[in-house]
This record gives sequence, structure tokens and C-alpha cells, in this order.
Amino acid sequence: MSALDNNAKEIAEDAGGEELATSSPEINQKEQDNRSAGPVILFFIIGLFASLILGWIIFPKLLYSKKKQPIDFNHVLHVAEVEDGCESCHFFREDGTYSGVPKLEQCIDCHEEIQGDSPDEIKFVEEYVSKGREVPWLIYSRQPDCVFFSHAAHVKGAGMDCVTCHGHIGESESLKIYEENRITGYSRDIWGKSIGGFKKNTWDRMKMDDCAECHREKTANIERTDVKTPTNRLIDHLIDMVYPGTSKSGKGGSIQTERDACFVCHK
Amino acid sequence: MKIDRRSFLSFLIGGAAGTTLSPLTWKLMDDSAIWTQMWPWTPVPEDGEASYVNSACSLCSGGCGITVRKIDDRAVKIEGMKGHPLNNGGLCILGLSGLQLLYGPTRVWTPLKRVGKRGRGRWEKISWKGAVSEVAETLGDLRKKGQSHTAGIISGSDRGTVPRLFDRFLTVYGSPNLMRTSSIIDSYELTLHLMQGVQALPGFDFENADFILSFGSGIVDGWGSPVRMFRANSTWCNTGGKVVQIEPRLSNTAAKSDKWIPINPGTETALALGIAHVIIKESLYDAEFINYYSEGFEDWKRFVLDEYGPDSVATITGIDSATIIALASSFARASKPLAICGRGQGTTPGSLNECTAVHALNALVGNINKKGGIFAVAEPDYINWPEVEMDARAAVGMQKDRLDGAGSKKYPFSRHLLNRLPQAINSGEKYPLKALFVAGANPLYTMSDSKAVKKAFDKVPFVVSFSSYMDETAQNADLILPNHAYLERYEDIPTPAGMPKPVIGLSRPVVKPLFNTKHTGDVIILLAKAMGGNIADAFAWNSYDECLKETLGYKWRVMVEKGFWSHPDFFVQTHEESFDTVSGKFEFAPKETGSLKQFKPVKIEGDKTNYPLLLIPYDSIRLANGVVGDPPFVMKSVDDTVLKGTDVFIELNPKTAGEHGLREGQLAMLSTPVGKARVKVHLFDGIMPGLVALPRGLGHTAFDDYLAGKGINFNELIGPVEDSVSGLDAAWGIRVKLAKA
Ligand code: SF4
Repeated sequence: MSALDNNAKEIAEDAGGEELATSSPEINQKEQDNRSAGPVILFFIIGLFASLILGWIIFPKLLYSKKKQPIDFNHVLHVAEVEDGCESCHFFREDGTYSGVPKLEQCIDCHEEIQGDSPDEIKFVEEYVSKGREVPWLIYSRQPDCVFFSHAAHVKGAGMDCVTCHGHIGESESLKIYEENRITGYSRDIWGKSIGGFKKNTWDRMKMDDCAECHREKTANIERTDVKTPTNRLIDHLIDMVYPGTSKSGKGGSIQTERDACFVCHK
Repeated sequence: MKIDRRSFLSFLIGGAAGTTLSPLTWKLMDDSAIWTQMWPWTPVPEDGEASYVNSACSLCSGGCGITVRKIDDRAVKIEGMKGHPLNNGGLCILGLSGLQLLYGPTRVWTPLKRVGKRGRGRWEKISWKGAVSEVAETLGDLRKKGQSHTAGIISGSDRGTVPRLFDRFLTVYGSPNLMRTSSIIDSYELTLHLMQGVQALPGFDFENADFILSFGSGIVDGWGSPVRMFRANSTWCNTGGKVVQIEPRLSNTAAKSDKWIPINPGTETALALGIAHVIIKESLYDAEFINYYSEGFEDWKRFVLDEYGPDSVATITGIDSATIIALASSFARASKPLAICGRGQGTTPGSLNECTAVHALNALVGNINKKGGIFAVAEPDYINWPEVEMDARAAVGMQKDRLDGAGSKKYPFSRHLLNRLPQAINSGEKYPLKALFVAGANPLYTMSDSKAVKKAFDKVPFVVSFSSYMDETAQNADLILPNHAYLERYEDIPTPAGMPKPVIGLSRPVVKPLFNTKHTGDVIILLAKAMGGNIADAFAWNSYDECLKETLGYKWRVMVEKGFWSHPDFFVQTHEESFDTVSGKFEFAPKETGSLKQFKPVKIEGDKTNYPLLLIPYDSIRLANGVVGDPPFVMKSVDDTVLKGTDVFIELNPKTAGEHGLREGQLAMLSTPVGKARVKVHLFDGIMPGLVALPRGLGHTAFDDYLAGKGINFNELIGPVEDSVSGLDAAWGIRVKLAKA
């Protein structure tokens, strides 16, 4: 076999190892193959990069629409004015439920009259306070309707601070653009800024896995070594459903937290 | 460079590899999963601050106290008010579903004026000012022409501030024609008036009674104050109280009773007298009461002993004489027996002789105004407004006879005879009705002989509805002046009939009015002011709320705090003070009625040859048949042996069905002298042979799609039968013929 032959074979094999390289003795044919190997790689690379660019860069741009909050709120300014930090406005009601984003009722004490001359303040008082209309705040951390989440259990029960989930929003001077997922209608903050789902801080994402991560860590009776991959957990869970009690970790609970039943968090 | 197939494939493969390495697929999968949870039609509960408001339910005359849970400004759940003397935390299925009426599509959003022909459903919005001045103008014209008496009001009640404001308005305007929706309470009021000489409502001390003899009253089917009755029924289960249910059909009440005695329909009076016969004959009666506190007993005794021996009663009622004797004995020997009447939910008054016969049983065992017995409960006298000053026109108008004949020579004791109104209008024998207000009532649905009622309405040139909902009557009005819904307004809810002590409930706004509606009380005041003169002077209040607060006086504070007011030192009257008859005693045979002539069987419509069977209605707690119809949630609870799709089922004994060649589920044609209807057959062993039973509460043409067009309105098949003494509707059924459809 000539060197040329060898060369052609290698290239052909690189391009996908098609049978052409070994099956045809014709030099002309080989030359032709030789010529087409370049474009094949090139197109593979084009396809690869195009889809990577599409998936990582263009897709998120298409997926999210950008919305401005109705009023630009300055947390720093307010935190300095109030006594109880976050809880001054985001408080627990007497029955233990959480008030979430403040209603006009909380603002009205100070904002009955226009304070200062910021255009947002003027807009706030004129369009909302004096008309008695609630501000349609866009809520970054709003979860799907089926999610049951108790602030009391986390903040009062487990003593967590706001930052763990909400980040340093309390130190912001202006509200960031609200990016709304065009399919689900939820804020981008739930999936996280990183479209790949990577996170550096606990508050970077608010998906179920992020809940589960913390829950598993805090669950003393489950060893780190017991923590399984999602696939393993699913299999365990299925076994547990079919043959209850046989799987070591199934226990009829959530496959995410390996504790509690699904309906604890899912309504 | 040539792009060939391989390059293209390679591009795709590269693309696929790249896509796999990018988050696109995974993210889209996740998002589409969330999207499926987010479909816009999935109801999402409101999030916000929870609070509770105490109010009162006025969807029926039960008067239950309610506690409404709110999340921020939205009412999300109605619960029974704990500690309320009537329902103490309980609630019926209708009361529970009230939010569907508040937020549902049947509300009238704004004052409406008819465009085009009446009943076509074409309306134009008008302002409140325009609406009130239009009414004022029409009424003013009539008054100027000296025809003030041709204006009338059909009201769901004549008690409480709003009906009394209407009454006041009509009086000072100059018309005697305020007509109240009738029910068994009319018969009871009349009975108490004739036998005890009092103007009062009946109050039954069910909670302390231990033997209930029910002449067809649907104790757990919505009779009286329904939730109170459920609770009383549970009490009897726990304390060993007995219930004997007498009716031709195995109703829910009959099924839950200790003994069900099927009876030939319409023969309840005879049975009551038969029981009296046995009690007298065996000297089981309360001799002290009879000897010291009753009058006319000897005459009555003779009459009962002569005519109503167990054997002849057995022939009339179809109940064998041994059962009658045993029943009489157990009733009289019980420590706290109580006999009640009013078929089903008691929506028809029935014959007066039936009511007096049943009441006489209570007198025989001496349980009048006694623990566990029946009380005459006087109105709490909280409405003390200054007398109106009538001008000459009003005085003339008020002198005119009532159109319905109540209080006339023929029916001197009755106060309201709404059942006679359609005939009075249609025959034109007295005078025409030129303006009609309808408030708290839906006569075009609830009155019997729907066709005649419709015809009468068509003859009234000006009909104004005050309904919060687009009901049958509102649909056929010229003007709708929508009241706030019951959860949006203040109103006093006077003691419901049947309660042995006075309780006034307070309906109060749970939510702010959702639409451009106005409190009917305010509309009356505005209307009076618009009419000026003496009429305006009679309404010195600036608003209804002011009127209510002022009227209730110190009670207002208690009611706001507790949600209701009950008489703190209500005491049971002694027998000496109980009776206000001429004799000062209980009258077994009231003289006013011409001694004993009240004991006559009711002759129902139809002849036996053409209409061989008997049609009777039945009531169910799952079928509202009063001023509102079933909201969707209640509709869902209706059994598919009652209604399937749009077909209603009649109940038929398998024997009768066999005679007519009818099978389960088969379509049949029902014809009575009044109307015809296509129905489906349901075979039921619990109904006596020869009878056909049809549920009440269906066949609406108004309200929402869940209710309208389903089944048949029983009132289309039956007409009123006038009681010879009271003039009230005594019909308990009608003759009917059945054929395969
Ligand atoms: S019984 Fe009547 S008043 Fe009581 S909750 Fe039911 S509908 Fe309302």
C-alpha cells in the first residue's frame, strides 16, 4: 500500500471511518475522497460552533424579555431609614405567614406626600399612592404556583438569613432589569443568570435542586456518601414505589431530598 | 468548495453535538414542564394577608352566621360562625358556595334599562340618577292620577329594615300592596293567630324535644333553618330522640328517621286528627292544659271522636290502624313530643286545617310555650320609626282593597296572599297593577303556574327588579336596580322562623362592592327624596347604613362585636300570659273560622280519568329553590338519578312503571292540567305506587350555564289551590298522566 494510500485511509477514518477508504482500489476515487475530507471537518466544526453559539448566547437572549420595574426602588436608602432591617418591610404577619413584597399600606405612612424630587418618587406618589393603586412589582423570586414555600420554617425555624436565597438585594441602590422567561413567565433569577445552570453563590439560582442541595446538607441522618446522582435516586424511588420498603434510601419520600413526601413542597 | 450531502450531514452532526453541549435542550425541557403548570385557566389561589369577617348568610331564610376568610381583599372561603345560636360553626352546601354567587357571572353589574321587547335580554346601562328619577317619575304620575294603589311590591320578607322601608314607602305613597313570598310560615302565623290570638312566628325548641312527629317536613332536606335542623338531628341521634317521618316518599329525612310511615299524599290532616282521636280516647292528653288553658275542647273532641277513628283514618291515609294507635301512644307518652308540618322545605303554605290539626296535637300534649315544645315568638321590636304622615292621596290609596285579597271579607285573617296575585291581575276583576317592584324574591321562578305568572307580569307595564343576580324576574323586568350582593352589604337578618328565641343577625360587607350596584335601602331613601313632600319627610335618613345603625340603637354595638344579637333575658311565657284570644285560652276550634269548617281535605287539580297518577314535588338540600338557584358547586353535587345532562328524572315505583311499560332511564311525557314536560324515568322503591315525584329547584332559564336549561321547573306543572279559610296556596300536588315519549 502506497504512502498516499495510507494517508487517504487515515483521513477517511478521521472523517468517520467510512468504508470508502478500504473498499475502493481506484486512485481517482481516493483523490476525490481526499478532496472532500476538508469540508466535512469544516462543516462539522461550523455546525458545532453555530449550535454552541446558538445555545449559549443567542438562545438566552431570545428566551428572556427585559422589563423595567414600575418604580425604581432604592433599598440602601430605605434600609438606612428603618429600624428592623429587611423585616421592617418584609415582615411576618401575626399568623406566621410572610408578607413578601410590601403593599402600599406599608409605604403610605412616609409617602403620603412626595419626598424629595426623584422622578420615581413623584411617579410613585402620583400614580399609586394618591390613586390607592398597588404597584405591580415584578417579583424576581416568584416561584411557580404549585410550589409551597414557608418563609417561617426557613427564617424563623432554621434561622436562615435573607441573603442565602435572595443575595445582596438589600444593598442595591436600584432595581435591576427583570428578565422574564417567555415560556414560563417567571423571572430569570429562578433558573439563574447562567444559562448553563452554574452557580457560585447560594443565591444564584432558586430551582428545586438548589433547595434540595441545602436540604440534603442540613439533613444529619443522611451521609454525604449516600447522596446519589439524580438517575440513581429516580431508580431507587421507582423501586420503592413498586416494592415499598425494599430500597435502602427510598422511604417513600422525595427523590430530591430523600426525606419528606413530594406534597410537602408541591401543592 | 462544493457542499455535498456529506458536508451537510457533517454540519448536522456538528450541530447536534453542539446542541447537546449547550443548555438549549435541557432548558427548554425544564421550561416546557413549568409552562404546563402555568396554564392560564389553572386557578391560582390568591396570596396575601388572611383575615376573617363575621357576617350572616341570606341565601335562604335560615339566617346562619358566617365567618368569611379573606386573603387581602378577596373573599376565599365561607365558614359557619362559631358560637352562633343557629348554626354554631355549621354551614349548608349553598351557604358554602356563596362566593360563586358573589364573583360569578350572574351578577348584574350596573343599573340596566330594557331595550326592545321585554324578556329578550337586551339592555342599556343607565346611571343611578337616571334610574331613580325614572322610577320616581312613573310613580309620581300614577299618584297624580289618583292611582297610587296600583303600585305594588313583591318582597321576599316583610321583616327587617329593608322590607320595612319598602312598607313605609308604600304606605306614605298610598298603596296597600306589599306582598310577601309565601311559605309554611304563613300557615303557622295564621294558626297562632287563630288558636292563640297572637301575632307571632312559630319557634320550635327542637334541641330539647325528644320525639319529633314530622308531617312531611324535610328536617335534613332544608326545612326551617336548615343548618340548625341538621344539628338538631345529630343531637337526637346522640340523645336518643326519635323522629317519625310521615310522607309518601322516602326522602333523605325519612331515610334518616327512626320510623318512616308512608301516607297517601294530602291526607296528613286526617292522620293528625286520627292521632288526636287515639290520644283523647285513651286519655293520654295533658289534662291540666286542656282543663285550664284551652277553650272549645269539648266540641273539637266530639268532632274528632265522631269522624276520625283509627279505622276510617286508616282508609283515608293508607296507614293501618294499629300503626296509628301505636304512633299516637308513643307521641303522647314521650316526655317532650313535638309535631311539625310544612312539606319538604316548607315553601308552600299548605292547607290551614293541616297546620291547625298538627298544632292541636301539640296542644293536646301540652307542649305550647314549654321547653322542648312550640313557642309563639313575637318580633323583636327594634324597628320603631316615627309614624308616617300620610297626605290625602296616600290615605285614599291605603283605603283600597289589596289586590291579592288578603284582609278582605273572604280572607280576613291572611296578611299576604301572593299566590292570588296572578289571577287577580289576569282576570282584571279589581284594578290593574301598573307598577311592580320585586325585591328579595324571584316570583317568575318560584310561583306556581309559571305561565299564568308570566302572563300577569306581561300585563304590568312597569316592572322593577332589585335583584343582585340576573334571575328570571330580572330578565323580565323593565328596569334592574341591582342591590349589592349579600356579602357586600349591611343588613339586619331578623330571627328566622322556627327559632324559639329572638336572634338578629348582622349581614355586613365582607368585600367592597365589586360593581356599580347600590344598596336597595339606599335606593328607597333616594327614591323617597326624589318624590318629595310627605314621602321624602318619612325618610329623614341620609343613607341606609345610618338608618340601620340608628334603628338598632345599642344592639348595633353588640352585633358588630358578636355578629348577632340575641335576647339576653328572653323568658318562656306562662300559659296565663300566652293566649290573647277572646277566651284568653288556647282555642281548639277558633270561632273566627266558623267553628270546625277548617277541617276539609284539599281538592287538587285534575280528574282521575284523564290524569290517573299523582305528581308531588320533593326538595333536596342540594337544590336551592328560593331566591337564588344552585351555584355551580352545588349543582355538581346533584345525583345523576336526579339530573343527567339536561334531563330531569321523575321517581316512579317499579310497580307503577310496569303498569305504564316504562323502564329505568326511559324518556316519558308528563302532562298535568297546567303543563307538560319531557322527563326520564328513575325507578325507586321508596315512592308509593301511583305517585310521580319531581325535584324542585331545576328548570331555571336564568343564572349561569351550569344551572339554566337543566331539568324542569316544577312550578310549570302545578297551579295554586286556594285554601278556603286562609286563601293561601294549599296545593300539595296535582293529578298527572304519564306516557312514553
Ligand atoms: S341554611 Fe340558608 S342561611 Fe344557612 S348557610 Fe345555608 S343558605 Fe345560608
